[in-house]
Amino acid sequence: MSDVQAPGPAESDYQRVERSDEFQSLRKAFRNFVFPMTALFLVWYLLYALMSTYAHEFMSIRVGGTITVGLIFGLLQFVSTFVITTLYARWANNKFDARAKALREEIEGGAL
Amino acid sequence: MAAAAATNVGNTWINIGIFAAFVAVTLIIVFSVSRQNKTAADFYAGGRNFTGAQNGTAIAGDYLSAASFLGIAGAIAVNGYDGFLYSIGFLVAWLVALLLVAELLRNTGKFTMADVLSFRLKQRPIRMAAALSTLAVVFFYLLAQMAGAGGLVALLLGITDKAGQGLVIAVVGGLMILYVLVGGMKGTTWVQIIKAALLILGAGVMTFWVLANFGFNLSAVMQEAVNMAGENGEAILEPGLQYGASAVSQLDFLSLALALVLGTAGLPHVLMRFYTVPSAKEARRSVVVAIWLIGIFYLFTLVLGYGAAALVGPETILAAPGGQNSAAPLLAFELGGEILLGIIAAVAFATILAVVAGLTITAATSFAHDIYASIIKKGQVAPDGEVRVARWTVVVIGIIAIIGGIFANGQNIAFLVALAFCVAAAANLPTIIYSLFWKRFNTSGALWSIYGGLISTIVLIIFSPVVSGKPADPVTGLSKSMVTDPSIDFHWFPLDNPGIVTIPLAFLLGIVGTFLSKERSHPEKYAEMEVRSLTGAGAEKAVAH
Repeated sequence: MSDVQAPGPAESDYQRVERSDEFQSLRKAFRNFVFPMTALFLVWYLLYALMSTYAHEFMSIRVGGTITVGLIFGLLQFVSTFVITTLYARWANNKFDARAKALREEIEGGAL
Repeated sequence: MAAAAATNVGNTWINIGIFAAFVAVTLIIVFSVSRQNKTAADFYAGGRNFTGAQNGTAIAGDYLSAASFLGIAGAIAVNGYDGFLYSIGFLVAWLVALLLVAELLRNTGKFTMADVLSFRLKQRPIRMAAALSTLAVVFFYLLAQMAGAGGLVALLLGITDKAGQGLVIAVVGGLMILYVLVGGMKGTTWVQIIKAALLILGAGVMTFWVLANFGFNLSAVMQEAVNMAGENGEAILEPGLQYGASAVSQLDFLSLALALVLGTAGLPHVLMRFYTVPSAKEARRSVVVAIWLIGIFYLFTLVLGYGAAALVGPETILAAPGGQNSAAPLLAFELGGEILLGIIAAVAFATILAVVAGLTITAATSFAHDIYASIIKKGQVAPDGEVRVARWTVVVIGIIAIIGGIFANGQNIAFLVALAFCVAAAANLPTIIYSLFWKRFNTSGALWSIYGGLISTIVLIIFSPVVSGKPADPVTGLSKSMVTDPSIDFHWFPLDNPGIVTIPLAFLLGIVGTFLSKERSHPEKYAEMEVRSLTGAGAEKAVAH
């Protein structure tokens, strides 16, 4: 689509890289990981905030002793945050960095 | 009775002694690490030479302010479950920074948020807008910290007259100016690292101690808290004690929840920390370390809050000079006597000092780099000239913080922090997200979103119950609003926190402003930004010494 806007010689080096298959697939991989994950944790957090506000009785159910459903739900927010952090870091370290680095070296070396 | 007893808690000289030791040790470190502070990259970004683990610890030190340590533990001690909700919002918010902002920002910017926003938009108007909203966020956050210092002084040093508290606020401000002037970002970072380690260790020891008192059974801690709360004590286990009263207060809670989760990734002093590491990979590692430290710390505060309710009791806490904020210090005294109280008191002061230093260097950078060098001098300025202006700005901001802190002493600090988060979420985050991810986004959209978010948030706060019109307290006859005279009431906006209105509004204004403008988009600049943000090509390198 960007071809329509900037045809021929006006195209910059960065635009050429941006159009390349390598970059497009890197970008797609990034967005495919990050956007659904963001939607997931935001919905999960908003669900928690809404339940805490409007579902008092459910959140006040005792699971055992003084431990309530609300407390468990809250602690699960900690767990989910730690899990998403770890998943992202592992994905980025193992899957993303090497591809980004290869592309960066091509750009800085003037190969693209 | 309880109030009189609580005022005499602890030994002032032990408190001052431990704090003085902290100041001495950090000053030595600051002097020794800051021999090389000549260039802008040194002064603003510590030479970009910190490791991810160091920077992550510093981020935790920057983020875990006195409000979040004393405030959250106190809120849990008094309001139970509703206090816990704060810490969850503050933590989950880091995922926005981790997934969407930290690495891309590190790859495209140099020193400030405005560097990223102005990358493909018109330089001067965008830098001006971004610098103004940076200064606004920093100002509110700074006032909250300094106002909190006054309350802390009353509690920990037994200084109750306003003049004496003012003097201590001035000393804290003066020390902070010294740290930042001498140490720049490098010195500030080390202060934050040391403070974070002390704070998390201190809270960890206390948590272990509380749990040990109850056979490592959290449920038993909470049961004792329920017993201490007396009649209807079970309410502290359930949501709604603080926010469940009415439909308006429920909406207020949702509004706060939104501002907390979206505010963090727009806080300028947090964003600036991503520039102190050599690469995007280290920026990622910083956030991962920060999330673990902050998350573990908030789990500690859950135990400390219920522990304070169980071992000290909500009545004693509320009767103490610092009110809710005194829960953690009183618990320390209950557990470990004068020494532990002294340590926790010193850590609380160190917290204020470190956070204020981080805010000040952010504001100074934004003024010197965005307003002075880019707008006033149009980029025609020697780097050491820019740093000289930054140093002067540090002094000016330090003085403003001292004066503001003396005037704001005794004000409700939670509202100032909530305001800072709300401005960050409304004025900063939409523009950051759009400029990183939306090709069509343009200057007009950014200006609409930044100014729209900034102005709407401030206006709604002015006409909200936090400023005027809360009902008078039956005991004192004073309103709990900022304007304490109950007969003055000009509020028409019902919520304490305007986030639920202004954050979506700012996102919307970004779209409307973009489509209303005929400004040509710059596909070549967007291509450069996108390629650089993801690959790190052309990113600022660490300074080699």
